[in-house]
Amino acid sequence: MNQIECVECGATVSVPDNVMRGEILVCQDCGTELEVIELDPLTVDLAPLEMEDWGE
Amino acid sequence: MRIGILCSRVRVEEKLLFEAFARLGVPVEQVDDRALAVRPGESAPPVDLMLVRSVSTVTGLVAALLLESAGVRVINSYATASTCADKARTTVALAAARVPQPVTEIALGSQAALDAIERIGYPAVLKPALGSWGRLLARVNDRNAAEAILEHKETLGGPHHQVFYIQEYIPKPGRDIRAFVVGTETICAIYRSADHWITNTARGGRASNCPVTPEIDALCRQAALAVSGGAGGVLAIDLLEDPARGLLVCEVNHTMEFRNSIDTTGVNIPERIARYVLAEMSVVA
Repeated sequence: MNQIECVECGATVSVPDNVMRGEILVCQDCGTELEVIELDPLTVDLAPLEMEDWGE
Repeated sequence: MRIGILCSRVRVEEKLLFEAFARLGVPVEQVDDRALAVRPGESAPPVDLMLVRSVSTVTGLVAALLLESAGVRVINSYATASTCADKARTTVALAAARVPQPVTEIALGSQAALDAIERIGYPAVLKPALGSWGRLLARVNDRNAAEAILEHKETLGGPHHQVFYIQEYIPKPGRDIRAFVVGTETICAIYRSADHWITNTARGGRASNCPVTPEIDALCRQAALAVSGGAGGVLAIDLLEDPARGLLVCEVNHTMEFRNSIDTTGVNIPERIARYVLAEMSVVA
């Protein structure tokens, strides 16, 4: 399992082996949602906030 | 033939769909809706068939429209998705097909909305015409509450909140039913139980298996055909159990979530969707 640094608090976040671009990871330290924006090199950014028209 | 899945946020559902296609040995392209730009009438199709899984309703709708303009077979089609995305359009389509549903009025002004609530009677339910996950639903128990909510909507709301979608409250038995239709087949269903009157699993509703009875199957097929112009699709039908009238169709969802329904029903929903997409692809070819 890979690891990456939370862009909000700097904590280490575990990344599953089968991670996909667009997948959301949650930092267990600060609770921030991180979006995987690149796989190679593995890069995350703050995930977009939920919008009014989101949902099923 | 090239298949794509259009998404931005990869939820559990999208990941399961990608895995389902992989298990079937079918390569699928991940297309980020935020990267999409189409010049209508001129753009080449990025894929032959696109399964739209955008988390944003508006983005998914416009994407379906643009992709269809470029000659892509889209699931669900723009026509189906736009009917399901807007509760007013859903209600009109269901009514035209004589599908049983709760008594519903759609008003375009607050006084007309108040009059409609009074006609329907208390409690009534106010819903945003566009909206999901049980957000901004209001159970209106009396006239005072109706006046307060309508004033708030009128004062605070954007354009979408100037459409007042009003439905009778169904005294359901602490649960509703969500049934999954793939193509024109009702493949499984769950009960969503909650102490609260809002039973969405996104709001804490508990899922349990609901056997697909002939009545559920027939009603769901009828609803799916009504919103899709007879084509069917990948749809989730929400049903309410009315003590007097039996099952009523409450709404139809076109980008359904199903993470809580696979183990509960024992039906491999993502694989059923993938197989449906492949069958549709052979129709396109």
